[in-house]
Amino acid sequence: MEYLLIVISAVFVNNIVLSQFLGICSFLGVSKKVETAVGMTGAVMFVLVLSTLATYLLMKSVLEPLGLEYLRTISFILVIAALVQMVEIALKKVSPPLYQALGIYLPLITTNCAVLGVAILTIQKDFNLLQGVLFAFSHALGFGLAMISFSGMREHLEYAEIPARMKGVPISLILAGLLSMAFMGFAGIGA
Amino acid sequence: MAKLPSTIFNMVMTLVIVSLLSGGSLALMNEATKEPIRQALYQKQLEAIKAVLPEFQNDPVGELANATSEGGQALECYPARDAEGNLLGMAVKSVSPRGYSGDIWLMVGFKADGSLHGVQVLEHHETPGLGTKMADSPFKDQFIGKNPADFDLRVKKDGGQVDAITAATISSRAYGDAIERAYQAFLQQKSAFEAQP
Amino acid sequence: MTHSENFTKGFFKENAVFVLLLGMCPTLGVTTTAFNGLGMGLATTFVLVMSNIVVALVKDLVPDKVRIPTFVVIIASFVAIVEMGLQAYIPFLYEQLGLFIPLIVVNCIILGRAESFASKNSVLPSMIDGLSMGLGFAMALTMLGTVREILGSGSVFGLSFVPQGATTILIFVMPPGAFIALGYLIAGINALQARARKPKPVAAKAPEPLPAN
Repeated sequence: MEYLLIVISAVFVNNIVLSQFLGICSFLGVSKKVETAVGMTGAVMFVLVLSTLATYLLMKSVLEPLGLEYLRTISFILVIAALVQMVEIALKKVSPPLYQALGIYLPLITTNCAVLGVAILTIQKDFNLLQGVLFAFSHALGFGLAMISFSGMREHLEYAEIPARMKGVPISLILAGLLSMAFMGFAGIGA
Repeated sequence: MAKLPSTIFNMVMTLVIVSLLSGGSLALMNEATKEPIRQALYQKQLEAIKAVLPEFQNDPVGELANATSEGGQALECYPARDAEGNLLGMAVKSVSPRGYSGDIWLMVGFKADGSLHGVQVLEHHETPGLGTKMADSPFKDQFIGKNPADFDLRVKKDGGQVDAITAATISSRAYGDAIERAYQAFLQQKSAFEAQP
Repeated sequence: MTHSENFTKGFFKENAVFVLLLGMCPTLGVTTTAFNGLGMGLATTFVLVMSNIVVALVKDLVPDKVRIPTFVVIIASFVAIVEMGLQAYIPFLYEQLGLFIPLIVVNCIILGRAESFASKNSVLPSMIDGLSMGLGFAMALTMLGTVREILGSGSVFGLSFVPQGATTILIFVMPPGAFIALGYLIAGINALQARARKPKPVAAKAPEPLPAN
């Protein structure tokens, strides 16, 4: 039950993108096509879970015992940067087309605040390891849900007639606002 | 000045030096801010306690004791005493997980007889304009002076005596729930605090 | 580019939020009030200026291949300093901004400026660049925060101008309102810029009629 609550809360109620505003850069940047959105989701999901696991272990087994909590931000970002490098190298070997598609956005996962944000949130919430990994995974799922549904809508937006000044970013933001409003309907589920 | 070539030695040395410098400066900063941060937290705690208790002469934060609420969560209890060391009341930092979106943290102040002297909302994530009204009059005023022993903290809809906030029944329910938990902690800790002056 | 051009670019021509669309997470996340927007903007400005200065100072000592990690460490150090400083001396703001303070590290603007400007320029221009982009960012956040606070809470910088208990457009202090308000703000700025661009040919002709008589 407790675990189910973590999942529902992370995917729907406190959606990482639409209500916590993490990972907005890739949410707006790579969502023009469903295809790239799916790829980006996969990459973020992989990095998010892996980095939460790594930072959690780092925090609990090194920083906290040594009283070095103040190095949290700096060590987390380095761990994440190293992980992203590894994912990039792996992807280049395993799936060159996907690597081509995601292009410049892969290195940008390092500066995707969703990854660092969830790593820090996991520490702040006082989770155990299993809960933490589940928490990270469900946030990644929430990211994917928001990202893919948003990109689906944006594909349709291309054929809509929109006032010239609203074209591009403004209408996308308003669309995101409407999507976020829809997700507000999930609030209160945990109560 | 020419750029340093990217030999392995240079790269490793650069990273080591940069990390050492940054680690060192952060350690210094940590030392420098440790005391002010502790002070700021203490001050905040003390202000929340002062807001919900009658005037006291002791240092409640120094006499902190923990009570366990249902679910095994530890609730912080702060005693308030007069100049002779008699127990005037107790502030309990309480939490209800039943808020509309997440935990609601309250500082609840009891007089020695168990009646409510004041309640302050510490942290919540309720809907702005609806659930947030729990921090305002008239909602919060209905609790003052009531004793949870004979005042049912459930909302009227559930058979209790609390007038819920319009369109925020869940928040109102959680608010009552947090006070109820605080009251249980008060009952647990009261005799211990009375025993030690 | 002169120093003054360098300084003004961050406010309009290359504004991080309205034009470059960088740093969107804190932009949307903390702007429920004008004060929070300003606080976040100034904290980011501090990190941006300091990291730009340090990067410009050490740029020749850092081998190319470890350039990015080095910059990240420098930025992260200043972020941690801001974090501890705020916690100690402005705890109120620290609580309001919460998670978004450590997340300054991953604000694309900062690494972007270090990489594209400070690593190629000397200290003074880099400092001005940081100040310009940072204050432009702060301006954008304060604007968005002000709009959301006026519509959503009926106040400006915490000073209420509606009677107590008045109905305000609450959606603007909730998450959807952030997206919608920013969308309209950017559309408005696009419109203003388009209008500013148009009159130029007219202005060039304008002086002629006067000497004719």
